[in-house]
Formats: sequence, C-alpha cells, structure tokens
Amino acid sequence: MSASMKLRGRRLLAGAGLMAAAGSATAEWGLNLPVGVSPIANEAYSLHMLILWICVAIGVVVFGVMFYSIIKHRKSKGAVAAQFHESTTIEILWTIIPFLILVGMAFPATKALIAMEDTSNSDVSIKVTGYQWKWQYEYLDEGIGFFSTLSTPRDEIFNKAAKNENYLLEVDNPVVVPVDSKVRLLITASDVIHAWWVPELGMKKDAIPGFVNEMWFRIDEPGVYRGQCAELCGKDHGFMPIVVVAKERAEYDQWVAEQKQGQVAAAAESGREWGRDELMARGEEVYKSNCVACHMANGEGLPGAFPALKGGAITTGPVAGHIDIVLNGSAGTAMAAFGGQLSDADLAAVITYERNAWGNDTGDVVQPADIKAARLTDS
Amino acid sequence: MTTATAHEAHDDHGPARGLSRWLFTTNHKDIGTLYLLFSLLMFFIGGAMAMAIRAELFEPGLQFVNPMFFNSLTTMHALVMIFGAVMPAFVGLANWLIPMMIGAPDMALPRMNNWSFWILPFAFTLLLSTFFMEGGAPAGGWTIYPPLVLQTGDAFPFLIFAIHLMGISSIMGAINVVVTILNMRAPGMTMMKMPLFVWTWLITAYLLIAVMPVLAGAVTMLLTDKYFGTSFFTAAGGGDPVMFQHIFWFFGHPEVYIMILPAFGIVSQIIPTFARKPLFGYSSMVYATASIAFLSFIVWAHHMFTVGMPLAGELFFMYATMLIAVPTGVKVFNWVSTMWRGSMTFETPMLFALGFVVMFTIGGFSGLMLAIAPVDFQYHDTYFVVAHFHYVLVTGAVFAIMAGAYYWLPKWTGNMYNERLGKWHFWLSTISVNVLFFPQHFLGLAGMPRRIPDYSIQFAEFNMISSIGGFAFGLSQLLFAYIVFSTIRGGAKATDKVWDNPEGLEWTLSSPPPYHSFTTAPEVK
Repeated sequence: MSASMKLRGRRLLAGAGLMAAAGSATAEWGLNLPVGVSPIANEAYSLHMLILWICVAIGVVVFGVMFYSIIKHRKSKGAVAAQFHESTTIEILWTIIPFLILVGMAFPATKALIAMEDTSNSDVSIKVTGYQWKWQYEYLDEGIGFFSTLSTPRDEIFNKAAKNENYLLEVDNPVVVPVDSKVRLLITASDVIHAWWVPELGMKKDAIPGFVNEMWFRIDEPGVYRGQCAELCGKDHGFMPIVVVAKERAEYDQWVAEQKQGQVAAAAESGREWGRDELMARGEEVYKSNCVACHMANGEGLPGAFPALKGGAITTGPVAGHIDIVLNGSAGTAMAAFGGQLSDADLAAVITYERNAWGNDTGDVVQPADIKAARLTDS
Repeated sequence: MTTATAHEAHDDHGPARGLSRWLFTTNHKDIGTLYLLFSLLMFFIGGAMAMAIRAELFEPGLQFVNPMFFNSLTTMHALVMIFGAVMPAFVGLANWLIPMMIGAPDMALPRMNNWSFWILPFAFTLLLSTFFMEGGAPAGGWTIYPPLVLQTGDAFPFLIFAIHLMGISSIMGAINVVVTILNMRAPGMTMMKMPLFVWTWLITAYLLIAVMPVLAGAVTMLLTDKYFGTSFFTAAGGGDPVMFQHIFWFFGHPEVYIMILPAFGIVSQIIPTFARKPLFGYSSMVYATASIAFLSFIVWAHHMFTVGMPLAGELFFMYATMLIAVPTGVKVFNWVSTMWRGSMTFETPMLFALGFVVMFTIGGFSGLMLAIAPVDFQYHDTYFVVAHFHYVLVTGAVFAIMAGAYYWLPKWTGNMYNERLGKWHFWLSTISVNVLFFPQHFLGLAGMPRRIPDYSIQFAEFNMISSIGGFAFGLSQLLFAYIVFSTIRGGAKATDKVWDNPEGLEWTLSSPPPYHSFTTAPEVK
C-alpha cells in the first residue's frame, strides 16, 4: 500500500515535469544499462560507458565550436562574413582523426565480441524454446523441463488491482541455475521469432524456428534476475517475461531432485481415470494459463482474430476433431500444437472444460487415456 | 528573370481550372504541391496513431487499446510515416526544386510524374482500409518479419499490394529525378556546380532504384509463402526466416539513407544563406554523400546482430557500420565550418537547420553506439533504438523538411510566412520533441523492450514524461499546418530573392515562379 502511494507520488512528480528529480533517484528511475552479474554483462557495460564518454567528448567539442560561432558570429553583433570555403588539410585531418578514434573503439569491441560468442566448456546446458506467449526450458543433462508463463494477475493488467513491484516481470516457473557455473542456452522457437533477454546477464539472442542459437552466462551471486521477450511476437509480446533464479550449487541440486520427483508424480496423474468435477477444475486452471490470452476468459475469443469457443463448431462438434486441433494446432494461425506442451491429464482436463463451460454443455468427458490413444493414431 | 517574364506574357496554356488541374497535371510545381500536401496529410494520420500509442503508454496497465490493436498502431504508424510522410515530402521538394535549381522548364518525364504521384493515394487507401478488415490492420511490425507477419488476417494481401504500389511510385519518381538531372541542366552547370540538394537527390534516386525492387521481391515471396504453398521463409518447409531479414535490411538500410540524404542537401542549402558565407567543403560534401550511399549497401546486418550470425559476419558488419561515422562526421564538420566566422541570422529555416545539425548528431552518436555489436546485444529492440531512429528521422529528416518548407515557401507562394509564428513553431517543436524522445534512451538502457503495450512499473516515470512531450509535439504541428495554409492564402509579398543574397538559380525566378520554370535555359558561369 505504502509502496503504491510512493509510486503514485513519484509519478506525479514526473508528471509535473520535474526532470531534476531524476538526479536524486537515479537507481529507482533506471537511467543506464545495469552493470550486470555475468562477465559479459560487465564487459558490455564498460564498453557502453567507454563509447558513451567518447561520444560526449566529441559532442562537447563539436557543439562547443558550433554554439561559440552561433553566439559570436551573428549579424546582430556586427559580424562580417569571411569568404573561405575550403581547406584540403583540414578536410584530411577530420577524416583521419575520427577514423583513428574508431579503430581505438574497435579493439575492445572485438575482444568483447569474441569472448561473448565463446560458448565452449559450459557446465549446464538448457534448451530454451519460445512459444506464443511463453518459454519452455529443458535441462539437457538432468532430463527435466517445464513451461514458464506470466503470473501477474489479469486484474493488475486491467487496472482493477494495485500493481505489485514485479508487475509483468513474474512467472509461474522460473528458470533455476547454479551460481559460478557457465550456463549455455540453446535457444529456438516453435512458432514465430522471439528473443531471450535478461539485461543483467548481458546479452539477448533471437529464438528462431528452425535455428538453434547459443548464448552463455556465469552468474556470480545468488539472486533473481528478470527480463522480457525482446522480439515482437504477436499479441502478447509484452506479456512473456523471463525470470532467472540463481542458487548455490547445493540448493540447485536439491531443486533438480525435486523437479525429477514432480515429473514422476505427473506421469502417474496421466495414467489414472479422472472424475468429471476433477477434470473441470483442473481444466479451468489449464485454460487460464494457456488459452485465455486468445480465446478470452468468457470463451468468446476476439472476432476476426481468435475464434470463439463458446458455442464453437469444434468445441461442440465431434470430440476427435477437438482433440486433434488442441494436440496438433492449426497451421498458418496462432493456434499452437499443445501436444508437446501439456501432459495427457492437462489436455484431457482442458478439452473437457472447453466442451462443458460457457453453456457448451456437451456432457462429454475426455480421459487422459483418450489423449494417449489420439497421440498413438497420429504417430 | 527577364526571359521568364517575357514568356509569361504570351503564355496561353497556364494551369487548367478546377479539379482537372490537379488530376491531369504534368507540371512539376503542381505535382510537387500534391506530393507535399499528401505528405502533410499522412504526417497527421501517422501522428494520430503516435498519439494513441503514447496515450496507451502514459501509465502501466492496459487502458485504451487491446494489445493486438496496439501492434497494428505501431506497425501502421511506421509504414505511414516512412512511405507516406517522409518519402513523399522529399519527392515533393525534388519536384518543386530540381527544375528550378538546374535551370530546366520542368521534369524530364512529366506524364510519369503525374502517375507516380497518383498511385500513392490508392496505395494508402488500400493500406489504411485494413483497419476495417477481419483480423485488423497488419500488426507484425513495419519490418514484416515472417513467420509472424504470415499470421496477418485479411489485411495481408492489401499490405503487400500497397507496398508494391509505393515501390512502383518511388521507382518512377527516382527515374524521373535521374533523367532530369543528367539531361536537363542549364549550359555551364557541370556536375560539380550542381546545388547540394540536387546532388543528394541524384544519389538518393540511385539508391531507390537499387533497393525498391529488392523489397518488392521480398514481399512477393511472403505473398507466395502465404497463399501459394512456397516455403521461402518457413523453416518447416526447408526455408529460412533469417533470409527474409537479410533481404529486407538490404533494402532497409539504404532506405534509411534515402530518408536522410535529401535532408543533408536541404541543410546544405540553408546554412550558407543565413551564415552569408559559401558552403565549406562543397566537393567533400559530394564525396561524403557518395561514400555514405556506398557504405549503406554493406552494413545491413547490423540490424540483426542478435539473429546468431557467425563471429566473422558480426565483426564485418560492425566495422563497416562504424566506418559510416567518418563521412557523416565530415558533413557535420563542414556545416559547423560554414557557420564559423559567418554573419548569422536566425530566421525559422535557419533555426530548423541548426536544430537538425544538433539533434541529428545526437542520433548519430547513438547510431555509433548501436554499431558496437557486443553492446548492441543489450540495446537491440529496446527503446534505446526507438530513441535513436526518432532522433534521426524526426529531428533529422522531418526537421530538415520543415526547414526546407519555411525556406522555399515564400518562393513558391510569393508570400512571406509569419516569422513570429514560425519561431514559436520551432521552439515548441524542439523542446517537446526532446521531452518526447530523450527519456526513451533511458528507458531502453534500463531494459524496456520496444513494441510493448504495457510495461513494468520501473518504467512508469519516463514513459509519462515521454507521453507528455509527445502530446505537446503533436499539438505543435497543428501550428505548422496553420502557418503553411495561411501563407498560401496571403501575407506580405516576398521579393524574388526572398533572403539576403541566397545562392541558386531558383532565386533568379520571380516569387511565385512562372508556371514553366525556365523556358530559356539560363547561362551558368
């Protein structure tokens, strides 16, 4: 409460145009690149500051001469125009000097670039896949994986509730990494191009369907580091954040063990028979985190862009067709193939939910076993 | 001047009356006027979209528009401003000025000139009509990257055909400029005696002819990918989405110089007039322009440092991009040297030209920073980039266009504009545009990605400041429209020279100039 009051106060200050306030609260206002917590982020930061100060110095000289001239050489002060209009010497000088300054910049830049692109000898490899609009993380050596989606409540986005301090920068499942280890990311996408970016890790890389890009970082202190998708990827481009949690090695190992246990439990869930109410409750949750962005909470979609599920041809038509489109997606549209993203239990639940919510009332109950069967016929 | 008035006396084919004058005109001045008015209209349409964007970004949270429509707004704002406002404004200036500057009666290909203009209203009707279609206007960004752009609804083919039409119009305009300049110069006007505006436009025209067909090819491949089963850019079909970006930016980078080289020309005409001193380093200006044009073809991939290029590729594009700072620096140094020990006055055109030099240079500095690949990994696709290209395009290209409008408006209309209002327009624009765009540098550095409709709370303050600047800048431009139209309608009569001894053949004509500029070629010594 007091935080939001403070925020409002600061914003009012800004609204009054008191730019001077920026000086006293630089840290909060975020004026500059973060120094970062990974070697390449530090390197990017110092290179940024170097180039910035060179530009400032050149600017001071050039604008200094220009404004001196504007003040002194004006007709109202009786200045009489000289008529000189060329000098080969000076032209050569101001071609060569900037060139030498550029060469001076190119050396540290080249060194930094070579270091950044060196992804060899990594300790942990994580495959990152961008989806509209969430991230999937797969730990290649540990065999664990999960999806990570925005966890900011919709009420905050639509201004019905006060915004928390991590507004739009919070997720359900953060990606966890050990500190002091070289983490290599293998980045790709399943639908359109995204870009994985956490400013404090010093680099962003595009996630491109059909390509696997690499980047690395080595975090030196435990903490939570936040970022966002940086490449326009459609409607919810602004709503697919990234949260990295860096833990000490022992805690990280423990987390890995927990994840593995969780996967065993999830497999058991998909192996049993579910009751209708259970499916509906689970289905509503799955719907909220995976489907609501396009098809809307009321199932009415967005006319012209995203079809309505309420009374829709597929959600009230044959069950097989419904299972097929959720499993395999629809080519050329934003409808993703959820077969690879959700478990059999979750798929069964969400399809059951869609067929019975919003007055669809088909009465159909889809079991995890039905999904398993559909997967088998597909392959 | 005497020849022109003598001709006017027995001129029996002046402009036609009514609408047909504008529909069927082959006159370079009428077509120039059409281009400029069209550009002004598009400037306000694109500006209205910008106002909606800044209103949504005024505070965190979703207030006015849904995210899909927000993406349509950013996409259409860019397309309208680039292809509808800035480029046609330069073609309009070229039409009005090139024949008068080189001592020709008209453009070389007058019927094509008519056609190249009249395609544009149709192109933009197609483009803007997509707002009312199923699935909304294009929302994949003006860079139309696949696979995202392939998710566009019914608007998709309209987008592609609108781009084709704009490209055809630009190519025809460019051919006309090249043919006019190479064939219709007055006796004695050698290439190295041409005014810099003519030089920069000649080079720009070659850039247009070289890259517009590349864009046409890229968008046609998108069209066949969407409707005819090809997979040029679809990885699942064996295609390559990154290839589109290479092709697009092979067009796109020269395109940004297409939007700035004529601005260099305008400023190089204006500063000497108000410094009362010849332009410093004329020939180095010509060579610098040509160098920039050449380099523009070998730097395109600096727009895509994050796609995962090999190290050697990143190094090459970084070095080549940094090199552009050299000829650009030469230009700025030349302008400053032109002012040095001059006898300056500060009428509105000069104010806008000086604003251009300062703020374009700031955009140049951020451009140099963006060229450094290892740091670009941080800057890329953030508000730092948004700030950078608005400094070079708004306080660069648009300020130069306004400087040119104030500079030549008395020549075109025969009336002086209101100097006091002009100065008001300059100061309001300059202050508000910096309040609008300067904080965006901070937003980008602090980590705000571009093209997002909502943002985390740490970005709230600067976004609010930026929006306030945006509304003020938008409102200030209404003053520009008022000044232009009131000058067309009347005002103090302008002399033929208008300013204190300006250089150039256009000032030897009457104000307003005769319908056919030079019917007898002047002698240039």
